[in-house]
Amino acid sequence: MSTRELTCIGCPVGCALTVELKGKEVISVSGNNCKIGENYGKKECTNPTRVVTSSVSVSGGESAVLPVKTESDIPKELIFDCVKALKGVIVKAPIHIGDVVLENVLNTGVNIIATKNINVV
Amino acid sequence: MQEYDLIIIGGGPAGLAAAVSAKDQGIDSILILERDNQLGGILNQCIHNGFGLHTFKEELTGPEYSQRFIDKVTDLKIEYKLNTMVLDINSNKQVTAVNTEDGILELKAKAIILAMGCRERPRGALNIPGSRCAGIYTAGTAQKYVNVEGLMPGKEVVILGSGDIGLIMARRMTLEGANVKACVELMPHSSGLKRNIVQCLDDFNIPLKLSTTIINIHGHDRLEGVTIAQVAANRKPIKGTEEYIACDTLLLSVGLLPENELSRKANVVLNKVTGGPIVDESMQTSIAGIFTCGNVLHVHDLVDNVTTESYTAGKNAADCIKGIHQEGQSVEVFATEGVRYTVPSTINPKNIGNGIDVRFRVGEVHKSAYISVYFDDVREMHLKKKILTPGEMESVKLTKAVFDKYSDCKKITIKVEKE
Repeated sequence: MSTRELTCIGCPVGCALTVELKGKEVISVSGNNCKIGENYGKKECTNPTRVVTSSVSVSGGESAVLPVKTESDIPKELIFDCVKALKGVIVKAPIHIGDVVLENVLNTGVNIIATKNINVV
Repeated sequence: MQEYDLIIIGGGPAGLAAAVSAKDQGIDSILILERDNQLGGILNQCIHNGFGLHTFKEELTGPEYSQRFIDKVTDLKIEYKLNTMVLDINSNKQVTAVNTEDGILELKAKAIILAMGCRERPRGALNIPGSRCAGIYTAGTAQKYVNVEGLMPGKEVVILGSGDIGLIMARRMTLEGANVKACVELMPHSSGLKRNIVQCLDDFNIPLKLSTTIINIHGHDRLEGVTIAQVAANRKPIKGTEEYIACDTLLLSVGLLPENELSRKANVVLNKVTGGPIVDESMQTSIAGIFTCGNVLHVHDLVDNVTTESYTAGKNAADCIKGIHQEGQSVEVFATEGVRYTVPSTINPKNIGNGIDVRFRVGEVHKSAYISVYFDDVREMHLKKKILTPGEMESVKLTKAVFDKYSDCKKITIKVEKE
């Protein structure tokens, strides 16, 4: 049996979590004030994930840069590759929040979507 | 002179929410004045996620959060002017502004909401010795370069201060290929949110050096490096702990200052601790009819709190315009023993509806302590807290019922107690 001390990143409260592990199996999560903390504690010790936010270039838009994010969380070890996959991507204005910028990034099944509206110049 | 019922100065999250709230209360003649070329304020450059967990029960990025309010403002047909700089306001609620289309605008309002936000503490306010070379930016300036302009300020980075923008930029610059060598914090604790330490520094193995500061800046034309040193309890550098870090970029994330130049012109009384106006329960300043909300009032950690505070300001400004705002006896709220300030500073229970959130910050880290609320000499609330830190805003909800219970109360005191 081992324990891991974590800070929940589910919301700004930042609960101090204690996760009890037996090998790779999570036995219990304590210190959390809500269900988000329990899920985060379990996931962080088995399959840690993050939502990745970055930006890509825009052509013909009011702004030269489009902020984007992964539609849901992806494995933590793919963060750098995910940002790399966005290098060289240029999208054409107009763009709306939620538009898919890159489908199925790194075969995660997760799309990269726009997080800002950009009008044509 | 053109007249409006309500003029809102600033089209960021505070100004937008206040406008929506006033409109919902039946005020039609509203004008928002924004100096940038778009609405949304600082959220436009905060492309990371984590906004809106309270307001929308989902995790949004900054631009997504602000777009929800921009859409509401558009749907409600609230008038706004972009690229418009307010030059002057006075206590008669006259506003002078300028833009390239209208020239000089002379406006008059029945009520004004100040929602100008805050700005970053610059190098000049820090007294760091050393060279005046290029490569030193406030974290927010670097954030605008990277996220809005698509430019990278540098490759080898040191961050001074552990404010949230600095932490967010440590991650962002790392992802964009920079080598962030250290985040250096003078205090023995971080001033940012714990979740940002985890997901912006720990995730990328960026060291956070507490009780450490920069004692010299090197470089002629461009920054070449900084000398850091540990500091003693009196925050003075300790001899023998000096360490040189080569870098071409220094980001400053050392605090935000409410931007109250206009408030001063209208003779609004400011709070020495927050740098923002002193307000009552309605978010009304010392000048009747001038209200305020958001980071110009006091610096927030969460935009969700800005939104609720701004709804309060907008509703009360509307009540003021309609002539139904209640004047009369107020209870004073005192911050003492570990609590640095409170917003509001006075409460007239007639204007609080079912209750009011009193927001405040503590001065230092307390573990296993209590937040206590006294009505005159009676301790009415005693809330156990695992941890209290200056980096995280606290609040207590005071209900209408508790004001009814202490109807003769003259003074509310909020303090930190060990037991």
